[in-house]
Amino acid sequence: MSTTARRLAVWTASFAGALALSGCGYNQFQTLDEQVKAGWSEVLNQYQRRADLIPNIVATVKGEADFEQGTLTRVIEARSKATSIQATPELINDPAAFNRFQQAQGELSSALSRLMVVVEQYPNLKTNQGFQDLRVQLEGTENRITVARNRYIKAVAEYNVLARQFPTNLTAMLFSYEVKPSFTVANEAQISAPPTVSFDKAATPAAAASK
Amino acid sequence: MRRLRQLALLLALALFGPALLAQDLLPVPPLSGRVIDQTGTLSGAQRDAMSAKLAGFEAASGPQIVVLLVPTTQPEDIAAYAQRVGEAWKIGRREVGDGLLIVVAKNDRRVNIQTAKALEGAVPDLAARQIIDNAIRPAFRADDYAGGLNAAIDQLVARIQGEALPEPARGAAPSNWPGGWQPMELLIFAFVALPVVAGVTRRIFGRGLGSLASGGATGVVAWLVSGSLILAAIGVVIGLLFGLFAGASNLLRSSGRHGGGFGSGGWSGGGGWGGGGGGGFSSGGGGDFGGGGASGNW
Repeated sequence: MSTTARRLAVWTASFAGALALSGCGYNQFQTLDEQVKAGWSEVLNQYQRRADLIPNIVATVKGEADFEQGTLTRVIEARSKATSIQATPELINDPAAFNRFQQAQGELSSALSRLMVVVEQYPNLKTNQGFQDLRVQLEGTENRITVARNRYIKAVAEYNVLARQFPTNLTAMLFSYEVKPSFTVANEAQISAPPTVSFDKAATPAAAASK
Repeated sequence: MRRLRQLALLLALALFGPALLAQDLLPVPPLSGRVIDQTGTLSGAQRDAMSAKLAGFEAASGPQIVVLLVPTTQPEDIAAYAQRVGEAWKIGRREVGDGLLIVVAKNDRRVNIQTAKALEGAVPDLAARQIIDNAIRPAFRADDYAGGLNAAIDQLVARIQGEALPEPARGAAPSNWPGGWQPMELLIFAFVALPVVAGVTRRIFGRGLGSLASGGATGVVAWLVSGSLILAAIGVVIGLLFGLFAGASNLLRSSGRHGGGFGSGGWSGGGGWGGGGGGGFSSGGGGDFGGGGASGNW
């Protein structure tokens, strides 16, 4: 009887030990960390897809005579700036580099959306099948970027909650798991201000583009 | 006093503001069939024929296609709404993830084809756009909604059939780990908690009956947490073994007469299983909608 009782105690202790080990969240950290990494890779993947599309779009638009050069150069410059940043998986552990990357991609987004608005004024481009195809691809890519960013934000939120909650924050401290940066909008002040609507003068391309 | 009222207003806004904001978005309807028409555009016969066609395609090839007609997706863009629906429904086989969603916003005159990631190769964005342009737009302009959708489905099916997707499974049990139980946790359970249980039941019921009881209990628990017959059977075997071998000192005096109880005790653990495959349509749960597809108008 006493040996049974002892065996029982040993088993119970080992069971409790296993529970404690899984309760400290170490394994969960590994899972979520991989999820964040995978989410980030998907974001990079889709940004890369967009960067690959842009030269084709630029080439097609260039074929249009007297196309507004300023818009086009802005896209080209924003692209080269965005692709000059080494987009590595390690970016997510460096908030400053992460912000730079995000800002560059944001600039490219706004330059592209402006280009797509300006294009509306060129009937030849609107009927150009090649350009319309590129446009569909760009639209799909932008949708994919949105989804990938959303998923990354969710994965990071889950990870950060674990890293800050008790008792798993102790594990995070022990293994120095830092809170990871997430996406924000680049122009927060701009979009939270109410839009100014003015009908004073006729619509110019710049006014149409900035809506 | 005014300050207090301002504070109350602020508090009310903080409390109910998010709810009001959330109400603005169109809710995702329940996945009640392969063709869901909230606009009353399709006749009953047209809907049934379309559902039958989609069901036949799923039975023959595997991919799940669902058509959703809503009056409007305002204030959201149709692509964002369709993406949300796709993410909620997860249509497509669990292991393959081959789902495709057609959303029509009738009053907005907008249509969207969303492809799950597994079908992005078979139906690239451009192809989806071409199908919208060539099949859907002319028919919808002529108010022939069923015709347009059927033509689109035919073209989509033709494209998907060119893709080498796995054959549809016939009556196989899902082999995932539901209920959030990880294999690791099950292992811990099996090798740590089980001997304790086995020890106790053996002490209460004696070795033969006790091992049967722990085996059966393990089977039931394994079935409950995993919903899988195979796991339940494995659990029963492990439970029985622990029940029999936990006290090695008693083992020497054991006789083989409990071998017969092995099978019956084992399979009764999983006997209640059978709620796996339903007759009606349900989402395979594997479709990962990542924003692929195209929108168009008519």
